[in-house]
Amino acid sequence: MKLKNLAIIGIALLMSACAATNDQAASSGSASGASGDSAKSQMSRDVSTSSSSAYAPGSQEELQESIGDRVFFDTDRYDLSAEAQAIAGSWADWMKKHQNVQIEIEGHADERGTREYNLALGARRANAVKDFLTSLGVQANRVSTVSYGTERPEALGSNEEAWSKNRRSVAVVR
Amino acid sequence: MKRILQILIPLVLMLNMASPAQSQLRISVEDGLREPLPIAFAPFIAKSGSSAGMGQNLADVAIADLESSRLFRAIDPTAFIQTPAAAAIAPRFSDWRQINAQALITGTVGGEPDGRIRVEFRLWDVLGESQLVGQAYVTQKENWRRVSHLVADTIYKWLTGEKGYFDTRVVYVAESGAADRKIKRLAIMDQDGANHSYLTSGRNLVLTPRFSPSRQEITYMSYAGRRPRVRILNVDTNQDETLGPIDGMTFAPRFSPDGEKLLFSAEQRGNSDVFVLDLRSRKRVRLTNHPAIDTSPSFSPNQREVVFNSDRGGSPQLYVMASDGTNARRISFGGGRYATPVWSPRGDLIAFTKIEGGRFGIGVMRSDGSNERMLSQSYFEESPTWAPNGRVIMFFRRTPTDRQGRGGKSRLFIVDVAGGEPREIKTPGDASDPAWSPLSP
Repeated sequence: MKLKNLAIIGIALLMSACAATNDQAASSGSASGASGDSAKSQMSRDVSTSSSSAYAPGSQEELQESIGDRVFFDTDRYDLSAEAQAIAGSWADWMKKHQNVQIEIEGHADERGTREYNLALGARRANAVKDFLTSLGVQANRVSTVSYGTERPEALGSNEEAWSKNRRSVAVVR
Repeated sequence: MKRILQILIPLVLMLNMASPAQSQLRISVEDGLREPLPIAFAPFIAKSGSSAGMGQNLADVAIADLESSRLFRAIDPTAFIQTPAAAAIAPRFSDWRQINAQALITGTVGGEPDGRIRVEFRLWDVLGESQLVGQAYVTQKENWRRVSHLVADTIYKWLTGEKGYFDTRVVYVAESGAADRKIKRLAIMDQDGANHSYLTSGRNLVLTPRFSPSRQEITYMSYAGRRPRVRILNVDTNQDETLGPIDGMTFAPRFSPDGEKLLFSAEQRGNSDVFVLDLRSRKRVRLTNHPAIDTSPSFSPNQREVVFNSDRGGSPQLYVMASDGTNARRISFGGGRYATPVWSPRGDLIAFTKIEGGRFGIGVMRSDGSNERMLSQSYFEESPTWAPNGRVIMFFRRTPTDRQGRGGKSRLFIVDVAGGEPREIKTPGDASDPAWSPLSP
């Protein structure tokens, strides 16, 4: 996650320099350790917020910038790694701080499985996060879940790097 | 969406005809690698000005059907010695033997006083010098393609002893848009790709459509209202309903062979199990209760058993259980991961997707798991669906995607269960999740 934040900062700097084309931003992202594609998609998503230094409390942007909005899984697995637990634990703290916030956990899978199995796997991944949050004291009715299976990949490309980015759960402020 | 064939009259044109079982001219569908049977398919002769030009079209569609099965090869008409017009009156069999035709098809098309068309055709055994079957169809002009499919089905049945599958349709998911935000719509077409139309607008993500075997209905999964749920769509009335109040996602729907029940998976607190819904009483029964993923259920033709996909043994594999949910046992032991089991309408085989060595393939095995055979393999393919005669499987393939999202072409294919190279079914754009209809009533 640190690498990703670095990449975003790198893009933000380029943006503020007012000289970045998409291609330049992408190559900068690659240099920071993220793939060109994810850097690009990050840029398009963060364009509206990256120039601001303060995010609305309890907003998606604050969650994304202060903690990160996603955790990753191994192939066909849905248990939370130590790194994923650290991030989801921060989500729990953040939700306790912002008691009015409701979130939806999206569960996603990579393209190397059949559609129906991946829908079930995405549901598992979303609920693994929800269960972890509630185990830390977040009220269950503040966390909804949805599985997108393999339908909404984050990274494009038929390679392990893309697949590992797509095996994920994403926290979305509702 | 109505497809009304106003009148369909099979006519016996000659007395003392053989039955399909008695026919001497017969090819076996069991060996997929055999040489295709050479047949002479004469363009149908127009008997009126209004039907001019239809004769060639009628023949062309039926020829395409028969050749797509890879069991038949139509002889180039420029080789014909006797003219089709003369053959339609009385074949001179020696002329057809000379060009090595095993079977000869002749026919006529004419206009009825009420504006409908009348198509007559005869199938001849060239070596036996006899008529095998003759039929006549009277229908609206716009139904002409369906007549061709019925003609092809009749020929297929007489020459193979198996039911045809050409007078059928396919529902599938038409894909468009960016690879990470695909727009998916339900689309329906004839089995040969003709008469293509869309059933949904693309506003909601839709997946895994399947035909009802008994009604003009399609069950599918939709993200309408951002709630992924199984729905049932009537393609005649456009009535579209969800399955009623179920918490959590419902998915992987499939009708029972009698059309009275619906199998599906429901997810509760992250765990997916298999359920069956009685479509009349709306009574829902849980069939599996296991902390592993249980999905992709499919009934056996006698509805006594259900095959499904589960990772209860540590990786996705195929299991068969009694239709009350008891006695679940694993049937896939070939190595690799297995998914999407679909029971053949004949009951003898189960089609599946297998993932092994980084590649995906479509295969079949007996319902006890024995005699596994792979029919196709590629970078990615899944979603097998059976033609109603249980001889042909359709599925979809997707090519790899590069980092810019290029590639990732998704296409429909058919493969004979006996073997042979898969053949693409043309669609207007990217296509996935095909489902074959039953034979039209």
